[in-house]
Amino acid sequence: MGDIGALFLRAMFAENMPLTYFLGLCTFLALSRRTETALGLGIAITVVMGVTVPLNQAIYNGVLAPGAWRWAGMPDVDLSYLSLLTFIGTVAASVQLLEMVMERFLPRLHASFGAFLPLLAIQCAILGGSLFMVERRYDFVEATVYGVGSGAGFALAVVMLGAIRTRLAYADLPSGLRGLGISFVLAGMMSLGFSSFAQMAAQ
Amino acid sequence: MASSESLWSTLSAPLIRQNPVTLQILGICSALAVTTSLDTALTMAASLTVVVVVAAGVISLIRRHIPSAIRLIIQIIIIASIVIVIDQVLKAWFFELSQRLSVFVSLIATNCIVLGRTESFARSNPPLRSMVDALGSGLGYGLVLVLVGACRELFGMGKLLGMQVLPLAESGGWFTPLGLMLLAPSAFFLLGGLIWALRSIWPEQAEAPEFPPYSRGPTDTGEAR
Repeated sequence: MGDIGALFLRAMFAENMPLTYFLGLCTFLALSRRTETALGLGIAITVVMGVTVPLNQAIYNGVLAPGAWRWAGMPDVDLSYLSLLTFIGTVAASVQLLEMVMERFLPRLHASFGAFLPLLAIQCAILGGSLFMVERRYDFVEATVYGVGSGAGFALAVVMLGAIRTRLAYADLPSGLRGLGISFVLAGMMSLGFSSFAQMAAQ
Repeated sequence: MASSESLWSTLSAPLIRQNPVTLQILGICSALAVTTSLDTALTMAASLTVVVVVAAGVISLIRRHIPSAIRLIIQIIIIASIVIVIDQVLKAWFFELSQRLSVFVSLIATNCIVLGRTESFARSNPPLRSMVDALGSGLGYGLVLVLVGACRELFGMGKLLGMQVLPLAESGGWFTPLGLMLLAPSAFFLLGGLIWALRSIWPEQAEAPEFPPYSRGPTDTGEAR
């Protein structure tokens, strides 16, 4: 149990997707102007990652991994080179499905952050989560925890950046630094803060 | 000749002035993590350039046969297939390098530059023009990557491409490596600074303030940009 908790905290803080691995920076920077949009995006990412990472884990180990076809008498079949294509398909399909389900059963929730779902079909952080899961050989439970943890980490980071940027709205910045430039500097400072979590995780 | 001139401007425009990374915030997702040293940055830049040029060429060749309702899916599948090939090539011949690049080569598939170029340009232009345009974007991305990678490796370890350029203090030289340069935050700071520099040179690229300062008269509005 302690391992699972540690994995969750590590995925959320020490290995924060946007701030440590630079994954999903496009949406991270583009949708953090307002705290409300940032929160919607964060929730959407957490849900999608919580679904797709374990799903991809099951598909990878059941179909694609080297030796997965041993039960059918084909122990030498190695389909792992197809994993990228499969993961992209899975993510896009689950995003689509999630959107349809939400629109049907949870229309109010859909109205508040459903607009971000299509954007997540091709998002580095989500695909990166699945690829890291393969590289580190997580089992199904670990994959679920890892998916939810890194999604929550993304949500935390994007909401914090959104909050700081709202505070900066009235600041008188040099014109060249306005918008994208200052967001990068802010993200860098947040990244400094998050790198201290890595020290905590190491102990 | 007019056409070769426009080809040249298609190629050179995205290099600095219309750089996809600094102006359009495209493709930074997978860009920064590989810039701790120059050789990974170079590999990444080369891989992305190959992917975007080939993808643009292929999609431009079959552009009249793609039904527009499912064009995104087709484009993504083509791009992902090329990325898989690149990934396998790197694993076969440059295994050590591909281990250090980890998942980031695969993530080229989700790079916004590739899909952006194929969607906005290759879909409606002949193959040669599309490939030149893609080459320009790929090189523009590569330029930023190499610049950041060179800075981080040079100031973080005093090396370039693994060779000692600045003599280290601990081995009798004068240079003390900056540990921060090897950590994630420095990439953000360097890229932020780069954007600042570019937008100071070309002020028209600067973003308008979200809440322009209150102006007292009609004469002030022109200055407040």
